[in-house]
Amino acid sequence: MSEQGGAPPGRQGGAPPGRQGGAWVPSERAAARTAFRRAQRRRALLVAGVATVVVLAAVVYVVTTAPGWERAREAFFSPGRAVEVLPEVAQGLWLNLRVWVVASAVGLVVGLLLAVVRTSRIPALFPLRMLAVAYVDVFRGVPLLLVLLLVGFGLPALRLPWLPVSAAVLGGLAIVLTYTAFLAEIFRAGIESVHPSQVAAARSLGLSRGQAVRHVVLPQAVRHVAAPVAGMLVSLQKDSGLISILGAVDAIRAAQIATTGDYNFTPYVVAGLLFVAISVPLTRLVDAWSARQGWRGQLSGVAGAGALR
Amino acid sequence: MSAGVSAPLLSLRGVRKTFGTGAEQRAVLDGIDLDVAEHRCVVLIGASGSGKSTLLRVVDLLEDVDDGQVLLDGQDVADPWVDADAVRARLALVFQQYNLFPHLRVLDNLTLAPRVAHGRPRAEAEAEARQMLERVGLAHKARAYPDQLSGGEQQRAAIARALVGRPELLLLDEVTSALDPALVGEVLDLLLSLRSEGTTMLVATHEMGFARDVADEVVFLHDGRIHERGTPQQVLDDPQRERTREFLRRLR
Ligand SMILES: Nc1ncnc2c1ncn2[C@@H]1O[C@H](COP(=O)(O)OP(=O)(O)O)[C@@H](O)[C@H]1O
Ligand SMILES: [Mg+2]
Repeated sequence: MSEQGGAPPGRQGGAPPGRQGGAWVPSERAAARTAFRRAQRRRALLVAGVATVVVLAAVVYVVTTAPGWERAREAFFSPGRAVEVLPEVAQGLWLNLRVWVVASAVGLVVGLLLAVVRTSRIPALFPLRMLAVAYVDVFRGVPLLLVLLLVGFGLPALRLPWLPVSAAVLGGLAIVLTYTAFLAEIFRAGIESVHPSQVAAARSLGLSRGQAVRHVVLPQAVRHVAAPVAGMLVSLQKDSGLISILGAVDAIRAAQIATTGDYNFTPYVVAGLLFVAISVPLTRLVDAWSARQGWRGQLSGVAGAGALR
Repeated sequence: MSAGVSAPLLSLRGVRKTFGTGAEQRAVLDGIDLDVAEHRCVVLIGASGSGKSTLLRVVDLLEDVDDGQVLLDGQDVADPWVDADAVRARLALVFQQYNLFPHLRVLDNLTLAPRVAHGRPRAEAEAEARQMLERVGLAHKARAYPDQLSGGEQQRAAIARALVGRPELLLLDEVTSALDPALVGEVLDLLLSLRSEGTTMLVATHEMGFARDVADEVVFLHDGRIHERGTPQQVLDDPQRERTREFLRRLR
């Protein structure tokens, strides 16, 4: 392509960008672009607003004109009943939170250990490695509900004197069994995502294989998978409600008990709101934390990608 | 060790290294003999893929050899019963891509090996690391993360990390190849000053001017063998073999 004399085609439109009286004055072209972008933003806002109103109106219309709406509102959204049951349900939620904290801690530690065992090449660990593979395969495949029932009702049937029989402990154990399997897989993916040249650099400096894993591979692996791991923990918090199946009086079970007398289901809604009230801040916290971490050296390119048209 | 005529610090004897199996198998190093005496500098040159990196990795025991000897102070460290971690601690390899640890600050990159592998107290390791950073002109970057440094600074940090272990032999693998031309100078200047202090080096490079300045011997690798060797003047200015001439012509 050759430009023969004169300004390139794009230049013919507006006045050349220039300085008048020292300060930068946007060229006509820049002003036109800014105006266009502003108009587009206004249009986007308008479309979003209209769409939201339309959808909300449709939902409200469908729900409130439903033949059973009056009774449903009574049964699910009774403010008086909500205030009444809040203390009991909140008390139940305290159990959920304790199960969540303990199960998370155990799942993180054991999951990381399993991942290290699976990726290690120490011959003595071979049987452990095989066990880890089998364990992960099985517990990732079996539905959590089934694990809960088998652990909750199967283990006590063995009548082992040292076995705890509390529904909360057994339920927590079942949740740990399932979640640890998933966490182990996530950590393994993290370990395998660390480039071999990092290990070469560590070994070259005189670190042993174990020291390289401990000080170079694992810290990077954990950073790589922090987001999916945090996602699993949020999900675990919510699934801690499944222990109610075994009879543990958690938030869900407490709500269920509260509904038995009058067939008013407001307690379930209260329990649901409480779970959401925990998980939403948790998710935001994780997001903020991972943003602050900055993923040193890993995602700087992606994070710096900026706004794209 | 007694006077200068003693055994070289590093000797390679008939080193052979293959990659792949069966019909795919290729000898990347096919009988390499090489000596690096103390306070000497040997420069490896050769086309991309000629085995320079592999040779350096073999010396640092990051690759097992198929055959031959890697003698360090007369001990064959290629033997699998030798404590490889102890051997690596005596050597230092600087990589083309720096390979700094991205999760650690520059200072911690330098102190990791002294603290973890050699059990040095943190304060002592940090004092030495700061001295070394001063030496490479990065004292003000001690608390930065690697991705906050320019390429030249990262490579100088990597060299500093290699030097804190007081290696007997410094292995450098095309340490300027990943750098913008404007940043090559600062790294080469650092290496020149190390050289003038008598650091023993085995260096792979494409920088012929640098090779001329630092090398006691230049070795041209081709087809897994040493195709031509000699002083920088012999090999770079008056190459005897056609392959060497062709390689040098292409670089210009
Ligand atoms: N781990 C490996 N597996 C298979 N082939 C390899 C491996 N490492 C190096 N090679 C091959 O060995 C040859 C020499 O590589 P290298 O030593 O990196 O050359 P140079 O550093 O001179 O460019 C190349 O053909 C390369 O593809
Ligand atoms: Mg190379």
